[in-house]
Amino acid sequence: MKLSEKEVEIIEILEKDARIPMETLAKMVELTVEETEAIVKKLEETKVIVQYAALVDWRKVDGHEGVTAMIDVKVTPKRGVGFDEVAERIYRFPEVKSVYLMSGAYDLSVVIEGRSMSEVAQFVSEKLSTLDSVISTTTHFILKKYKHDGTVFDQGDQDRRIVVAP
Amino acid sequence: MKQQVKKSYVSETVARLKPSGIRRFFDLASSMEGVISLGVGEPDFVTSWNIREASILSLEQGYTSYTANAGLLELRQEIAAYLMRKFRVEYNPETEILVTVGASEALDLAMRAIINPGDEVIVVQPSFVAYEPLVTLAGGTPVLVETHGDDHFKLRPEHIEQVITERTKALIICSPNNPTGTVLQKEELEAIGRIVKKYDLLVVADEIYAELTYDDEYTSVAAVDGMWERTILISGFSKGFAMTGWRLGFAAAPKEILQAMLKIHQYAMMCAPTMVQYGALEALRSGEQDVEYMRKSYRRRRNYFVQSLNEIGLHCHMPGGAFYAFPSIQSTGLTSEQFAERLLIEEKVAVVPGSVFGSSGEGYIRCSYASSLEQLQEAIKRMKRFLERL
Ligand SMILES: Cc1ncc(COP(=O)(O)O)c(C=O)c1O
Repeated sequence: MKLSEKEVEIIEILEKDARIPMETLAKMVELTVEETEAIVKKLEETKVIVQYAALVDWRKVDGHEGVTAMIDVKVTPKRGVGFDEVAERIYRFPEVKSVYLMSGAYDLSVVIEGRSMSEVAQFVSEKLSTLDSVISTTTHFILKKYKHDGTVFDQGDQDRRIVVAP
Repeated sequence: MKQQVKKSYVSETVARLKPSGIRRFFDLASSMEGVISLGVGEPDFVTSWNIREASILSLEQGYTSYTANAGLLELRQEIAAYLMRKFRVEYNPETEILVTVGASEALDLAMRAIINPGDEVIVVQPSFVAYEPLVTLAGGTPVLVETHGDDHFKLRPEHIEQVITERTKALIICSPNNPTGTVLQKEELEAIGRIVKKYDLLVVADEIYAELTYDDEYTSVAAVDGMWERTILISGFSKGFAMTGWRLGFAAAPKEILQAMLKIHQYAMMCAPTMVQYGALEALRSGEQDVEYMRKSYRRRRNYFVQSLNEIGLHCHMPGGAFYAFPSIQSTGLTSEQFAERLLIEEKVAVVPGSVFGSSGEGYIRCSYASSLEQLQEAIKRMKRFLERL
């Protein structure tokens, strides 16, 4: 889809801050509120904007212990459907947060979120590795998230400038 | 017994200098807590990591000695390439470019290199606070020319011509301007150039905000027909590359003038700090994308902020560059000092009174929109409340 400069600019702004008031957004891109709303609506309808999400630092939430693992999966591709079929079988599981087809030492990179390590382990041994085309899995647990989707967690982003300067 | 002090040890020139009005306002603002500051003349971005990294690497590798007086030749070559690429102006890196400690030092050197006692230098107002004192310190006489809000603070040739005398040596031009954000277009510079040529003047062109223009293509004074030979182009890394604390700038000028500046620099400064020069080298080599990103971000904030100022009743022209909005507060009946002081005390928003930048800045305030969007939104909310209460 060919988008206009203003449309791309709106996407860039929303990608950083989806909750920006429509009036503010409109001013930033020098359009009226109505025009801006129409563009956002179009972007939503055409699924250029797929979803508005919150990036959460769950470590700050008491009692919310979760683990994330990245699993390297080697598979046998199937004639006619290649990797797509097995990828789809994997991404349908709700535990699976993302699935990427990779070049290199393995074929699929699968991100799993679970409540505990044993829950993830169980998913891998019972659901994932038992799939027909899966040859092997290697599980890496994420110990700490420093930066995710371009956002640094816990960054000291306070303004260090003095109050008035030339 | 203490001897009675008969006279001051301080030179009369310095004793007569006014302290910067910004300084006074800073003392007031920084004694308060929870202030939203629109009073800052610098980017809210931290210098890009690759620039910081290059500077760290130079230290790790032990580049801790002096560089050539004029700066690392590599850096001067990169500056020359940059000026060519950006503004289509050609300078010889060996003899026509000087790396300085901020644009500030370059401005000082320019004044000291060209002024004879009693020479007059035309300073346009409202303007950056350092010009007038720098002319005075160099032994010259600042001659003030006003620009006006109803003309978008444009410098017009007739303004200049009116004040030219036998003693006029130079004219300082700042585009985009601090505090008004006004950018002079090619034709406007050409018109000014005609006067400059007619009276055989020099131009000190402070183009430190050249990277931060938002609407039209930027024209450097030095790129205007016949102006290269009478221009001292001054710029630096503070604003465009978000490197204010690094203190690095440069001057580019015809050999004769530049070498005169170099003489002073060589005795006063020796050279700019070495690790900082390595950082700057990286900025020019790989900083373009980051500059573009910052420019885009300022542009959006400018659009939001200036429109919002107009909506809450502070009339403001759309500034073409820098990161300042300079709205009129004349409708309130307050002086710019009163306005800024009351806004600070009553709503904790710091802005700089326009009068600080010269007489024609009276009736205006300078608001920097180099602040997060959340801060700008909150500032607008508070300013609106303040205005409704007046
Ligand atoms: C117009 C203008 N020139 C020069 C400077 C000083 O720049 P530097 O940090 O490179 O000394 C400033 C800083 O505020 C400025 O606004």
